[in-house]
Amino acid sequence: MKAGLKNLLLILVVLALAVFPLLVNKNAEFGGADEQAEEVIGELQPDYQPWFKSVWEPPSGEIESLLFALQAALGAGFIGYFIGFYRGRREQGTGQESRRGTIKERDAVVQD
Amino acid sequence: MKRRTCTLIFALLLLLCFPQQNAWAMHIMEGFLPLKWSLFWYALTLPFFIAGLLSIQKAVKVDPGVKMLLGLAGAFAFVLSALKLPSVTGSCSHPTGVGLGAILFGPWVMCVLGFIVLLFQAVLLAHGGLTTLGANTFSMAVVGPLAAYAIYRLGERLSLPRWLSVFLAAFLGDLLTYVTTSVQLALAFPAPDGGVMAAMVKFMGIFAITQVPLAVSEGILTIIVFNFLLAHNRQELEQLRVLSRGV
Repeated sequence: MKAGLKNLLLILVVLALAVFPLLVNKNAEFGGADEQAEEVIGELQPDYQPWFKSVWEPPSGEIESLLFALQAALGAGFIGYFIGFYRGRREQGTGQESRRGTIKERDAVVQD
Repeated sequence: MKRRTCTLIFALLLLLCFPQQNAWAMHIMEGFLPLKWSLFWYALTLPFFIAGLLSIQKAVKVDPGVKMLLGLAGAFAFVLSALKLPSVTGSCSHPTGVGLGAILFGPWVMCVLGFIVLLFQAVLLAHGGLTTLGANTFSMAVVGPLAAYAIYRLGERLSLPRWLSVFLAAFLGDLLTYVTTSVQLALAFPAPDGGVMAAMVKFMGIFAITQVPLAVSEGILTIIVFNFLLAHNRQELEQLRVLSRGV
């Protein structure tokens, strides 16, 4: 189960990387691209006007977060399916050969 | 392992010392590239896109079993580019997730998958845009995967520990995507004094710092998925010649 522990630690590092900025920069806006991008470009070329508008924009922040969540859910859903599928396949045992191979490999991963 | 951990912690502490600044780092927004640049990047991306289609066709023909892995590569990019994460600079950006697919399938396949992700975001989320789709595909789905693939192969050749090759590939693929974005913006919006170079320095200084911790996250997540593949999909990895040497 060492591989599991290792994954857990790695995931904790990722979480820490995401939480840490929130703690350090308490007053920051954590805004996204759009406004700040306009600022920088406005500084460099004050007379530039965007010549094309988005075909469709999410009517509100809620709808936008809905669609972002949908995007993440679709991706994560498939990854979950993938993991379950191959974990199941291995537990069913697909021949002695590949089985030995995977166990050897798992040990190698742990040793890294 | 211990020394590596120390290095990692040190690197993270170093990030702390960077001054706060407002920054933005994401895809180029709709309408924010002049028409000629928009067309230029579309044209430049097209051959890579075609190479990607052919590459996918070939991979699936050789072994239909890799379809699941293709799905995984696409799904990984889909999730990661939906996660807008806070960065130490006080602004948000998101990882790209294209490194994994490039390691598995070579540099071209992700051009198609990345394009689909970007199209989804441009049409449904007003994130990026149709006029800037060529440029954004070039940075995220051409340069990123090319860099990731080259770095992974280099790591294999230098016999680096595999987790390190995977990490560096994903990390630098992510970072170089945003370096490319700043080059693209600098080319379109040269500074009045100092020209393209000055603008590039400006865009890059803003970009790189925001993206560094996110690229680290992407590297780590890619390691986790790759380790799963090593344990469960060894046959497919060998089929795709991802593992050029024994572990």
